[in-house]
Amino acid sequence: MLDITTQTQKPYLEIRDLWKKFGDFIALRDISLEVMEGEFLCFLGPSGCGKTTLLRAIAGLDLQTSGTVSQAGRDVSNLPPAMRDFGIVFQSYALFPNLTIERNIAYGLENQGRPKAEISARVTELLALVGLPEQGKKYPAQLSGGQQQRIALARAIATNPGLLLLDEPLSALDAKVRVHLRHEVKELQRKLGVTTVMVTHDQEEALSMADRIVVMNHGTIEQVGTPLEIYREPETLFVADFIGAMNQIPAVVEEAGKIRVGTCVLQSEHNVFDHGTAVIAAIRPEDITPMADGVDDADALPANVETMEFLGSFYRASLSCPDLGNISLMADFSINAVRRVDISLGKSLRVKIPADRLKAFPAQQGAQA
Amino acid sequence: MSTIDDIPRPFVKPRLGKDDWIQRGFMAVIALYLIVALALPLYAMLSKAFSTYTFDLSQYEVQVSDEDGHFTKPVENIANLNARFDPPVIGAGSTNSNGRQKLTGLFPDFSFRSPVMYRFRGTSPEAVYLVGSERHTGPEWLELDSNTFRRVVIRPVKHVGLANFTTYFSTPALTQSVRNSLWIATISTIITVTLAFWFAYALARSCMRFKGVFRMVAMLPILVPSLLPGIALVYLFGNQGMLKSFLMGETIYGPIGIVLGSVFFTFPHAMIIISTALAISDARLYEAAVSLKASRWKTFWTVTIPGARYGLFSAAFVVFNLVITDFGLPKVIGGKFNVLAVDIYKQVIGQQNFEMGAVVSVVLLVPAMLAFAIDRQMQKKQVALLSARSVVFEPKPNRKMDRIFFAYTVLVSIFIAGIIGVCQFAALIKFWPYDLSLSLHNYNFDLMDGGGWGSYKNSIVLAVLTAVIGTVVVFLGAYMVEKTKGFEKGRALFQMLAMLPMAIPGMVLGLAYIFFFNNPANPLNFIYGTMIILVVSTVTHFYTVSHLTAVTALKQMDTEFESVSASLKQPFHKLFRQVTVPVSMPAILNISIYLFVNAMTTVSAVVFLYSTDTALASIAVLNMDDAGDIAPAAAMGMMIFYTNAGARILHALASRGILKRSEAWRKGD
Ligand SMILES: Nc1ncnc2c1ncn2[C@@H]1O[C@H](COP(=O)(O)OP(=O)(O)OP(=O)(O)O)[C@@H](O)[C@H]1O
Ligand SMILES: [Mg+2]
Repeated sequence: MLDITTQTQKPYLEIRDLWKKFGDFIALRDISLEVMEGEFLCFLGPSGCGKTTLLRAIAGLDLQTSGTVSQAGRDVSNLPPAMRDFGIVFQSYALFPNLTIERNIAYGLENQGRPKAEISARVTELLALVGLPEQGKKYPAQLSGGQQQRIALARAIATNPGLLLLDEPLSALDAKVRVHLRHEVKELQRKLGVTTVMVTHDQEEALSMADRIVVMNHGTIEQVGTPLEIYREPETLFVADFIGAMNQIPAVVEEAGKIRVGTCVLQSEHNVFDHGTAVIAAIRPEDITPMADGVDDADALPANVETMEFLGSFYRASLSCPDLGNISLMADFSINAVRRVDISLGKSLRVKIPADRLKAFPAQQGAQA
Repeated sequence: MSTIDDIPRPFVKPRLGKDDWIQRGFMAVIALYLIVALALPLYAMLSKAFSTYTFDLSQYEVQVSDEDGHFTKPVENIANLNARFDPPVIGAGSTNSNGRQKLTGLFPDFSFRSPVMYRFRGTSPEAVYLVGSERHTGPEWLELDSNTFRRVVIRPVKHVGLANFTTYFSTPALTQSVRNSLWIATISTIITVTLAFWFAYALARSCMRFKGVFRMVAMLPILVPSLLPGIALVYLFGNQGMLKSFLMGETIYGPIGIVLGSVFFTFPHAMIIISTALAISDARLYEAAVSLKASRWKTFWTVTIPGARYGLFSAAFVVFNLVITDFGLPKVIGGKFNVLAVDIYKQVIGQQNFEMGAVVSVVLLVPAMLAFAIDRQMQKKQVALLSARSVVFEPKPNRKMDRIFFAYTVLVSIFIAGIIGVCQFAALIKFWPYDLSLSLHNYNFDLMDGGGWGSYKNSIVLAVLTAVIGTVVVFLGAYMVEKTKGFEKGRALFQMLAMLPMAIPGMVLGLAYIFFFNNPANPLNFIYGTMIILVVSTVTHFYTVSHLTAVTALKQMDTEFESVSASLKQPFHKLFRQVTVPVSMPAILNISIYLFVNAMTTVSAVVFLYSTDTALASIAVLNMDDAGDIAPAAAMGMMIFYTNAGARILHALASRGILKRSEAWRKGD
C-alpha cells in the first residue's frame, strides 16, 4: 500500500508486534506499523477500538504489554514519557488553569538552561504561529474552546519535538470551529514538517487531514493507506462500511470477475474467489451511474426511483431493481445527472454498476464486522 | 479470537524514570506512616485482647535445705506443693501480662531471717522468674538464702484465645454497657436526624429570613469538645440547676443527659450531610410533581424523601457512630450509667486492666465498623444520584409554611446557642448559685489542677502541628494515590489504609497506641509521653475525612496534566508546586482548618496519651470537671471555643482572599 516515495525512506516511528491487555481484555492485538518522517497519520475507528490505547503506548503514558516501539532509530519501548521525544495534545486541552497562556506555552521551555529572553521570544513566536498574538497575559478560562486548543498545540510544539501526538484534538469543539481548525492544524503541521499521529473517530477529519489513515477495529489494524486508497479500495468490508456510504448486497461468485445477485449476473473486476463462494457485493452510492435514454449498454439494469432526497450538492435516491431481487440500492446522483437523465420520484430508468467499482468481500467477514 | 495467553513474551518491563522513583519513595514513606501509626498499633491491641496470662506452677521446682544448709529433702514441684494446701495458696485464676506471683506462701515455716537455703529452677527454658528485678529462665539451679528467696516471683505464660471475651460476656456489669451504648446511640440518632432533617429542609426549601445566621449557629457545636454540653446541662438541670424542675424528678446524670448532649454535638454533622442530599435533589422532579398537582404532602413523600434517603441513612450512621464512640460526654454526665467508651477508660485508667480494656475496645469496634461500612455504601449511592444532572431547586415563598419553619429553626438555634451561652455564663459567674457576680476568676487556670494555662498552650501547639503536618501528609498521600501511575497494588493498599481511621474510635486508637508505643522493645518508644505521639494520633484519627477531601479536589483536576508535564520533560514536583497545589488551595485550607478544630476539641484520641508535660485544654476540661471545678472547666471549654471560632474566621478570610486572587483563572469553572 505504501507509495514509492515512502518505500525508499526509513520509517521515523516503527511499531512491531504490539499487544496491550487490560486484565483479561485485549485492547490491542499484534499491531505493526511504520510512520514516515514528516507524515501526518490518522488512527481512525469506532469508539473503543483501541486508538487512544495505541497512542498512549507510543507516548509511553501507558506501556504496551508486549512489542516494541522505536522512534528515530532508537528503541523507546520501555522508556517513561519524559525520556521520549514527543508533544501531545488532548481532547480536554489540559491547559494549566492557574497559569497564564504565556506560562502555559513556556512550561516545557523552562529548566532547560535557556535564557529568559529566549523563552519569551519563543513564546511570542508560537503565539503568532497559532494566530493568537495578543492573548499571552490571559488565563485559559478566558479563551474560547478553539483558542484554548491552539494554545495546547503551541505548548506541545514549543520544544520542537520530533513527534506530535493528537488525541481527538478537535472533538470538543462545535462543528464550524472544528472544520476551520482542521485546516489550521494541517497547515501548521506542513509548515513545521513534524511527524504527526492523530486519533479521531471522525472519518471526514481523517480523510481531509491525513497523509495516511490507519483504520482500526477491535484492537487490530484493518487497513493502512492514503485517504483515497481507503475510500476507493477498501480491503475489508469493515473499512468499506465504516468510511463513507456503501451498498451491501448478498451475492454468489459465478466465475472470476463475475458474481450473481438474484437472477442477474454482474461484472466485478477485482473478485478472485472460487465459483459458488457466498460473498457480499459492495458498491458506493455515487458509483451507480444513471444511463440516459437511448444509450445502449448491455450491462445496464432497469430500476425504479422509490425515494429521492436533495442533500445540497447531490440527490440521494433509493432504487429498487427487480433483476437484483428484493433489495433496494442507495444511489447518489449529481444535480447535473438528474437534469440530464431527467430523474424524478417514481420514474423508471436504467443504471449501470461499473465493473471496476463493484467489490466483493467474503460473506462471513460481513457477519463478523 | 486470541486470548491473553497468545500474547508473545517477553512482556515489556517499564524502565522507571527519576520521577517514578521519587513518587514511589514518597508513597512508601506515607504508607509506612499509616502502617506504624495505625496498622501495627491495632494489631498490638487485637493481640492483647486475645491473650490471657496464667501462672504455670508445674514449670518450677524447689529444694529446701535443713537449718544447716544441707539439701537432704527431695526436690519438689511447685504445682504439687501448691496442691497440698486446701484451698491452694496460689489460685488458678488468670492474671495479666504484668502478673507476678510470690512463692513464700507455700512454705508455712518461712522466715526471711531463717538460715534455711532454697534451690530454685525452672524446668523449661520458657519458665521465667525474677529475683528482685533480675530475670532468670531455664533449668540452672539457683541457690538462695531465705532473705533472697523472699524476692523470688514467677511470671505468667501467655495463651491465645477467647478467654477474655468469655470473661467479659459473663460479667453482667460489663455487658450492661453494650446494651446501654446501643440504646443511647439509637435514641440520639433518631432525635438528631429528625431535628437536623427539618432544619436542613427549612434552609433548603423555605423562603424564611436569616438563613445564613441559622446555618452558622447550627455549625457552632463543631467548635467545642463533646463534653462541653455536659457541663452546660449540669448547670441547667444538675442538682443546683436553673431548670431542674423541668426534669420532674428525673436526674440529668444518666441517659437523659447523654442523649441531650449527643444531640447537641452531633447536630452539625447530620445537618451537613442532609443539606447536601437535599441540595442535589432535582428541581425538575418538583416541577413535574407540582404540574401534576400533587399535594405538598404527597410531593414530600414521593420526591423529597426518596431523593434524600441516602443522605438520611448516611447521617444516621454517622451520628450513631459519633455517639457510640464518644467518651467525653458520658464521662461528664453519665453518672452511674455505663457505656462502652467509658468502660475502656475505667478498665485502663481505673483498674490498670489493659487486656480487658482491649476486649471492650474490640466490642466497641464491631458497631463502629458496621456503621462505617454501611455509611460508605450510602455515600457511594448518593454519589451515583449526584452524577445524574440536576437543576438547582429555587423555593417559592409561602407565608404560613415559612413562618412555621422560622419558628422551628429559631427553637433549635436557641437550644444550640443556649448550651454555649450557659457555658459562657458558668465561666463568668463567681460561685454558682451563691454569688452571681461576674468575674474572670474561673479563667485563672493556674490555680486549678489539670495543667493550667500550659495545657491551653499545649493544645494550640498540638492544633497547629496537626494542621500543618497533617495537611502535608494527607495531601501528599492523596496525590500519590490519585495521580501517579503504576504500582497498582501498593496504591490500593494505601487507599484501604486511608479509609480505616474513620472506623476506629478514638479511645481504641489511643489504647492501641499504649500497647504499641509504650513497649520498651519498640524503637519508637521514645515518642511515648511527648507531643509527637499526640500529633501522630490526632493526624491519624482524623485522617480519613481529610484524605477524602483531598481526593475529591484532585479528582476534579484534569487527569492529563501529569501526562502533558511529563511529555514536556518537566519533573512532577514542578507540576505539583505550580499547578496542583495552587488549584487545590481551597481544599488544602479546608483540610487544615478541619484538623486544627478537631485537634483542639478531641478528647478520646488523646486521653490515654498525654503526660504531665503535654496536658491539653480539652483534657483539662475533663479533669477539672472530674475534680469538681466545673466553672473553670466551662471557662477552659470556652477558651477552646474562642480559639476555634477565631481560627474559622481566619480561615474564611484566607479562603476569600485566595478566591479573589484566583478569580481570573477560575472564571470558567
Ligand atoms: N485503563 C483501562 N482499563 C481497562 N480497560 C481499558 C482501559 N483503557 C481502555 N480500556 C478499554 O480498551 C478499549 C480501547 O480503549 P481506547 O480508549 O483505546 O478506545 P478508543 O479507540 O480511543 O475509543 P474512543 O473513540 O471512545 O476514545 C476499550 O474497550 C476500553 O474499554
Ligand atoms: Mg480515545
